[in-house]
Amino acid sequence: MLPLDELYQEVILDHYKNPKNQGTIENPDYKGHGVNPLCGDDVEIWIKLENGKIKSLKSIGKGCAVSQASLSMMGEALQGKSIEEARQAVEKFKKGMLEGGELHFEEYPDLEALEGVKKFPVRIKCAVLPWNTFLEALESHPSA
Amino acid sequence: MMTDIHSGNIPAASDIPETSRVPASDGAKIFKKTRDDFPILKRKIYGKPLIYLDNAATSQKPFSVIQAIQTYYENSNANIHRGVHHLAEEATSAYEAVRKKTAAFIHAKDHHSILFTRNCTEAINLAAFSWGRKFLKPGDEILLTEMEHHSNLIPWHFLKNEKGIELKFIPFNEEGILNLSKLPELLSSRTKLVSLTHISNSLGTINPIKQIIEAAHEKGALVLIDGAQSVPHLPVDVQDLNCDFLAFSSHKMLGPTGVGILYGKLELLEAMDPFMGGGEMIREVWLDHSTYSKPPWKYEAGTPNIADTIGFGAALDYLNQTGMKEIQKQEEELTRFALQRFSAEKEIKVYGPQNFKIHAGIISFNLEGIHPHDVGTILDQEGIAIRAGHHCTQPLMRKLGVSGTARASFYFYNTKEEVELLLQSIQKVFQIFHHAAAR
Ligand SMILES: Cc1ncc(COP(=O)(O)O)c(C=O)c1O
Repeated sequence: MLPLDELYQEVILDHYKNPKNQGTIENPDYKGHGVNPLCGDDVEIWIKLENGKIKSLKSIGKGCAVSQASLSMMGEALQGKSIEEARQAVEKFKKGMLEGGELHFEEYPDLEALEGVKKFPVRIKCAVLPWNTFLEALESHPSA
Repeated sequence: MMTDIHSGNIPAASDIPETSRVPASDGAKIFKKTRDDFPILKRKIYGKPLIYLDNAATSQKPFSVIQAIQTYYENSNANIHRGVHHLAEEATSAYEAVRKKTAAFIHAKDHHSILFTRNCTEAINLAAFSWGRKFLKPGDEILLTEMEHHSNLIPWHFLKNEKGIELKFIPFNEEGILNLSKLPELLSSRTKLVSLTHISNSLGTINPIKQIIEAAHEKGALVLIDGAQSVPHLPVDVQDLNCDFLAFSSHKMLGPTGVGILYGKLELLEAMDPFMGGGEMIREVWLDHSTYSKPPWKYEAGTPNIADTIGFGAALDYLNQTGMKEIQKQEEELTRFALQRFSAEKEIKVYGPQNFKIHAGIISFNLEGIHPHDVGTILDQEGIAIRAGHHCTQPLMRKLGVSGTARASFYFYNTKEEVELLLQSIQKVFQIFHHAAAR
């Protein structure tokens, strides 16, 4: 496959055009806001827990196909996980993007489509932004 | 083979392209020569010929500029203004000759009006620091526009916080044209400075600065022109404009990075406080106080960027040989063509004035439903270098209601063929994205 075709795979363009889990949550347990000041990618997420697991992760984002597809997929991948499991998944994803690890997730295979991003070093930060925003959200205490 | 200045692999003088050698009548041949003068334009990117359309960010450099820097280091390197030896004198006079050349280039009366800085940003900061801190009082106003580059915004934010001055802004309309009917209410006796860009780096708008300078002077306000995007592309005459300051950067006009220029009227430069303290800028120093030298040296503390200033001199030579009027004419034709071709495409939104007479060679655009970053990545794979993002004008982007734009910006070495290839490659962007939409 040509690098461009790998980058803009159908899965990615589908998530970009029809993002999952759009919206906000009132009284979230965590929320986060991440921006990439250089390119203007902008990601906001809200997290609601139930019985220690992520019941719902909603988001609103603006930006390129890579950042927005990554955001949409992240929501799908992390829902249902405990905070600790989610944290591990985020670390695995970041390792995959930044340190050449695999992007193979049994629970959400779509993520593998982001492998193509690695051939475009300047775009890696787009893919990672939502995941960093998730980690930042865990540090927040909106209800406190 | 690429010329590598680090390899010591210098072509013989006869191999060095020289535009002036070509008979002026033969347009096409001159053009071929012009392209040949720029080693980097022969580069291939992913196996495709480089199409460099990011000149508003920085221009490419002709061989003569690259060679001037190398020749300086090989033959004349010494510190300036301090040595009695031959090399020091040679370096000093080469450096000071560029000051004179710069003065002539912008038609300044006196070369002592030319200060060298690191870049246009530092030139504006120098004016804000040395003039603003000395002369502004709480309640004074500075008038800017809504289309300023961050470098003509943040220095004034600093002064606002420090001095309690107020900032006002000339708005622009849907076409990106300044609304001058607001000028009478925005300008008052409280206005101490109007600081604005000659050409918008995000919209391409050529502002009617002469008219604004006159209106400002009537109210007793000074005017600083950010010439970063204009001085490289059209003749600028500071005496005709009667601006009080003009700031610009060498690297956007064929010269090296690391050299900026602030022109200021001499009486202002004499009245203002120094910018930085240190060597070169002093007259006499005691342990606990000092007196300063005259402009321009008063503003040039420490060893300046000698080599790159000399490189900038070669850039000025190149521009003079080509002729700024000629450059303006060529770019106007290219812009007219590009605006026409771009506006014919329904799915491309082009920002800035529709009239090419007030639209410089900067085409800012968006493709329906596609983020500029994705446009930039796909075009890059075709060897086309454009910029994507907010172009250091976040308030302007906010007003346009977008997070950024894709921007193709020209210099005189660009061609209509390159514009055509850009449009063809834009069709590829549509194919990639619409293919998914169609399913
Ligand atoms: C209108 C305008 N002003 C100022 C600047 C700042 O120039 P520099 O980055 O060389 O200081 C730029 C370039 O980016 C510009 O386009």
